[in-house]
Parts: sequence; C-alpha cells; structure tokens
Amino acid sequence: MQRAQNLSEDIDFAAVTEWKARGVGRKAIGHMPTYVPRELIHAAGMLAVGITGGGDKLEIIRGDAYFQSYICRIPRSTIELALSHRLDMLDGMLFPSICDVIRNLSGMWSMIFPDRYVHYVDVPQNFDTEVGGRFWRRELETLRHDFAQLSGVAIDDEALRASIAVYNENRHVIRDLYRARSERPWIFPMSEVYYLLRAGNVLPPEEHTSLLREYLALAPLETSRRDQDRSRVVLAGMFCEQPPHGLVMTLERAGCYVVNDDFLLGLRWLQDDVATTGDPLDALVDAYLNHSAMSASRYAPDGDRGRWLIDSVERNRAEGVIFAAASFCDPALLDQPMLVAALDRSGIPHTEFKFAEDTGQFAVIREQAGTFSDSIRLWSEA
Amino acid sequence: MSAIRKEDSMLLQKQMISDHYDRLASAHDEGQKVVYTFVPGNLNELVRSFGLLPVLPEINALQSGLRKKSGEYIAEAEKHGHSEDVCTYVKCDIGMLKKGNIGPTGRQLPKPDLLLLSYTGCFTFLKWFELLREEYGDVPVAMLHVPYQANGRIEPHQRDYVVQQMRTEIIPKLEQVSGRKFDEDRLRDMLRLSAAAEDDLVWTLESAKKTPSPIDAYFGGVHYIGPIFSAFRGMQSAVDYYTALRAEVQERLDNGQGPVTPEGPMGKEKYRLVVEGPPNWTSFREFWKMFYDEGAVFVSSTYTKVGGLYDRGFRHDPDHPLETLADYCLGCYTNLGLPTRVDLLEQYIADYNADGFLVNSVKSCNSFSVGQLMMLRQLETRTGVPGLFIENDLVDPRYFSAANIKNRIESYLQMLDQKRGVAA
Repeated sequence: MQRAQNLSEDIDFAAVTEWKARGVGRKAIGHMPTYVPRELIHAAGMLAVGITGGGDKLEIIRGDAYFQSYICRIPRSTIELALSHRLDMLDGMLFPSICDVIRNLSGMWSMIFPDRYVHYVDVPQNFDTEVGGRFWRRELETLRHDFAQLSGVAIDDEALRASIAVYNENRHVIRDLYRARSERPWIFPMSEVYYLLRAGNVLPPEEHTSLLREYLALAPLETSRRDQDRSRVVLAGMFCEQPPHGLVMTLERAGCYVVNDDFLLGLRWLQDDVATTGDPLDALVDAYLNHSAMSASRYAPDGDRGRWLIDSVERNRAEGVIFAAASFCDPALLDQPMLVAALDRSGIPHTEFKFAEDTGQFAVIREQAGTFSDSIRLWSEA
Repeated sequence: MSAIRKEDSMLLQKQMISDHYDRLASAHDEGQKVVYTFVPGNLNELVRSFGLLPVLPEINALQSGLRKKSGEYIAEAEKHGHSEDVCTYVKCDIGMLKKGNIGPTGRQLPKPDLLLLSYTGCFTFLKWFELLREEYGDVPVAMLHVPYQANGRIEPHQRDYVVQQMRTEIIPKLEQVSGRKFDEDRLRDMLRLSAAAEDDLVWTLESAKKTPSPIDAYFGGVHYIGPIFSAFRGMQSAVDYYTALRAEVQERLDNGQGPVTPEGPMGKEKYRLVVEGPPNWTSFREFWKMFYDEGAVFVSSTYTKVGGLYDRGFRHDPDHPLETLADYCLGCYTNLGLPTRVDLLEQYIADYNADGFLVNSVKSCNSFSVGQLMMLRQLETRTGVPGLFIENDLVDPRYFSAANIKNRIESYLQMLDQKRGVAA
C-alpha cells in the first residue's frame, strides 16, 4: 500500500523515468483522463502514463497565467507540471475528447512544445459500426502509424493482440477489486483503492495487475477491519479532475462506504474483454462502440441519461449518490441535473458538492456527507 | 443617447427575423414542423429543403440578452439546479423554456419536432440538447458529430464520417419528421443561393481593409452575419439582404465614410482593431459605445467566423452537396485547433492593418476562451502589436463590469497613442 501511495503522490513521475532507464531507447506517452487506446502504446513497447493534474501536492506558479479564473484546475496544474519540467520524460502527449478545455489544451500544448508529439484523440459520438466505427478505425490506424514511428517498432497484429490481452487482464483485476469492494467495503476501503488505481497511471499494466492481485490477497488478512454502520453510496462526477486523497478519506470518516465511483475511469473505460482473435483494430473499435463506460463526455443515443447511474446504485446495493463534480467542470455539471432528475424519479437519495483537486478544507464536506449518511441510515425505508 | 439609427439593411433583416418568428409562432397550427439546431455547423439548406423551419437556441439566448431578459432566465435555470459555473446560453435557454418559451417577438415558440444536434466546435452543444431532450420528453434527436480540426486541415476520413452521418442519421430523420423524401436537386438550388450570399458577405467583411473602414466588423459584423449564420442561408431572402448590404457599404466606401453606429455615422477613425471572441449581449450597445466614442473601429473579428470561414475561400458547392455541407461544418472557427486560430488572427492583424487587437474573453464559452491568454501572448510576440484582454460574459449581466471595462479600454487606447508617439 505504501508503494501505491508513493506512486500516486509522486508529481515527479520517478517511476516513469526509472522505467525508461531500464532499457535503451524506451519511450513514454502521456495522456489526459478518460479513454485512450493504451494497447497501441503498449504494443509499440512504450509506456502509457496517465496525467491527472498536480493534485494537492503542486504549487501553481506559472499555470495560472495560462487560464482565466473560471477554468477548472486540471489544465493549469498540468501546464505547471510541464513548465516545471516534470513531464520532460514524456515523448508524446494524448488529449482525449473530454471537453472543450482539454481539447483546447491540446492546441496549447502543441504551441508550447512544438517539437513534441501531440495528438487530439477524437473518439466517435456515433456508435454505428459502419459510420462511427469506420471513423474510429481510421483514427486508430493513425495512432498505430504514429506510435510505430515514435518508437521505431512496427506494431503488428500479433503484438497488438498480446497487448490487448495484457490490458484485458488489468481490467479484469480492476473489476475484481471493484466487486470485492462493493461486497465488503470495510476490507477494501476507498481510501486504499484510490491509491491503487492511481498507481496504474505510471506502472506498466503487468506490474499494476500484480500489485492489485497482491492487494486483493492481502487486504482480507487484516483482521482489524470490521463492518461498521455506514451508508453505501455511489460517487459520481470525478471522471476527469481527480479529488485529493483527503476528500476520499473525509467521505469515509463521514460515515460512507463508497461502493462505486468514476475515479480514473480510463483504466476501466472498456467494460468487457476486448477480443483477442481476429483483426485487433476491429476488436478495439467494437469494444469502444459497444462496451464503453457511460460518462458525461459521451453522448447517450438512447436518451436514458441516468440509466447507468441507477444501474450502478442497484448493482452495488447503494443507498444514495454523492455528486462531486470539479468546479467549472462543464460536462459533469451540465450532466448533473439530468442525473438528479433520474434519481428523483427512482426515489434514490442524493447530495451534491463541488471540489478542486487542491481542495484542502474538508470540514464542510464532512458535515454535508455526514448528514447525508445519517439521513440515509435514520430515514431510509430499509 | 440620441435615437438609435438603423441602416436600411438592418431594417430589412429585422423584418426577415420578425417574419420568421411569426411563422414559428403559428407553425404547428399550420401543420409546419420545426427543427431546433445550432449556429456553427448548421445544415440550414438541408433542413429547409425538407420544408422544415429552424429554431436556433443560441440566437434566442442572445436575443434575450439584448432584451435584458437573460438575467431572470438564468436565475430560473439556476433555481432548477443548473450550476452557476456552466454556459449561460444553456441556462438562458432552459430558463426561457421554463418561463413559457416566449420568443423575441413576444409570441410563444413551438416545441421542436426534431432536435438536430450539430456537435460542431463546442462540447456544450451535446449536453445542451441532451438537457432539451429531457425537457421535451419524446422529441427525436438527430446527432451529427463533427470531428475537430486539431491539425488545421480536413482529413478525408473526417469528411466521409460527416457525410455518412448525414446519409444514415440526419437525412432519414429529416425525412421522417417532414414526411418528404430527400430532394437533392432542391438542396443544390439552395446551395447555389448560399454561395451567392456568401460572396457578398465576404465582400462586405473585406471592405474593412480600406481606410477608413466603412464597417465595424464586430459590433456591426454581428448584424451582417445574422441572415447567413441563422435561418436564411440558402434562401432568396438572404441573397437579397446581402445585395442590399453590399450596395449600402459600397456607398459609404465611395463617400469615404466610416461605420454607422447606433448614434449615427462614426467620427474619425483613430484606431483599427481586430477582435477574438464573442461579444457581450446584455450591454451590447454600451460596450460598442466605449469603442466608437474613442474612434476605435473593429476591422476584423473571429466571432463573425463561427458560422463559417467564408473569407478563407470556402463556398457552398452545389456540385457536391453533402460533401460541401461536411466541409462547412468542419471549417467553422471554433472547430479549428488553437494554432490555426492564432495563425488566422495574425493574418487578420496584417491584412487589415490593425493597430491593436482585443481578446474579449467570455466566461460562458470554454470553446472560445480556453487558451486565449496564450493566444494573446503569441500574437503580441509574432506581430509586435499590443493586445487588450477583457473578461465578461455572453448573456449573464452579473459578469459585465462597465466601469472596469471602460477603464481598461481607455488605458489601452492611451497606450496605443503613446506607442505611436514613440514610433513617430
């Protein structure tokens, strides 16, 4: 656990530098939150590095000069990381289509670092195989070509299928962890799971998988962990800017078992195994079109915007939902009224607050979450 | 302030808009179907070729801003749980809907028969129409995802993707809602009219290269783009409007006159400015006055390119109807990567012989605003021309601090004077 904590809090990304030093010519590709096809990076022999801002460990000195006060925190801390040379070990940077902020950040990046590889990952919002699928396959072909050029390693189908298998395994163990936490959240507290997930930002997937397996085996041996009278809640709105660890701890201390969440959603964006037979790009296309997680940045063609959240509540036997969106996060905050309405229609209790990745005062959040948790325990029909 | 002066073309446009809203108000009574859609990447010719009437919620929001109604609409949306942090166009629209959906002419707007979600250059559009879908219940949505031109060029597979969506998603839904079959010849005829109007719009915008400029390409420019960016592109009425506008501007050019402001012809042109970003609508006239009182005229603007970058050569091409619509969508200003936007502004500053440039940064629009501080620095470095950075909002009156903005403008223009003095 200490290792996971160190990895997730290290804003100098020493693990990435060390990984690169272990082999000649090794390269690392950074990516902002939500989905990028990490399998292609892996198949080129490179390391995919999740960049989720500077959290509460980084003082912003130059980053604020790039953004107006009404822009969320993650782009300014990411720029700060870069300008303070903490991201110099990255050989390229990917910007998934989360929102206009991250989209425009891709352009800023290419102006600040004209000699570095920068790519905006434009995922389809049309989910027809012959339309959005064809477009996405073409985008994947571009990435495959670019990564091969960057790494000097041609990405053949066999290598890509092997990388898909590696990530399938990683997603599998993350699903196991989430299932275990949902069943016994006192054994696998969110405050620990969060560190373990964040370690996946900087570790090769094989190592991350081993770390998670080890934790799944060891955590139940902690005999002091006992079930307590807490409310089971789902946490929503944190798919991009990540909360400080103190906020997660605060929710637990306020009497909540977090039984599901959307932290670091990119690690488990694909909800099912990707096929390891046939054309591997087609397999990735199919997985994206048909097995993606729902998030505010993805269009819901069926119109049932809140269905995934209600499913999550039901599947995890949650008693309520806590909406915790980053301040000025357009996708999460525009989504919220629709999700709230869906919960209201289903009679599911909820509460809402906003955070920033460097939020340092938790008293108000503790009070609010505590009151919410108490109200569920005292007044719920169950 | 004296009585407001309006040019003939403005009166003509006013009548066009008024007639359109009247048609909308009675549309359902007369069996006419209505499509809600957005300005950037709008498929007006296609929608109109099915005999459908477009409603543009952004236009409703800005009209509400101009009519000083947006504050109460935004408050209404916030009362219903919409965050203070998000786009005020969205909240203004939702608030207007909650308060009866009364349009600018005082008559109720019809419910949509189709939400045509042209997701071009603005992520918020996606959420906006998801919210409207929730409000209206069972209204169908046709989704057109327009990929981003991160590299500043249209890739063939991006064009194919947009065209495929038109064939498989947009046209079938328009056929379903209208009860009519797609008529490609009719679409071609409309695209021909679009191109004619686009020629005259470009001529008008480029007239500002002359000194003195006969137009204000920002505060006046938002009127000039009105018909072509909204419900009239592809219509004979738009061609007529731009013919009239061109004649009007030609007359001012011939007479060596500057722009017409709400208080009459502008005085001597002292400063030529380029501007990036949308205007504020709640204090539109007051904001404009801060510039024309000082003799500052906007000679080029990026906001007047959100609905199409015609001055870079694009014209709707009737010979390739769906492909040209795809290129149009892909080429709208906010769908361009930041480096392309900086290049464009740099060219405007040079081509229009600008003394300075303004970045009007609006809180509501991340699509425009994110990166503007960097654009400011890049442009100053590349051109040596100093920039002014002002913050306000589109339609939230709480974010327009008149005294503060006026001070900054005056200081900036004084700085330009000093710079000229040094240069002389």
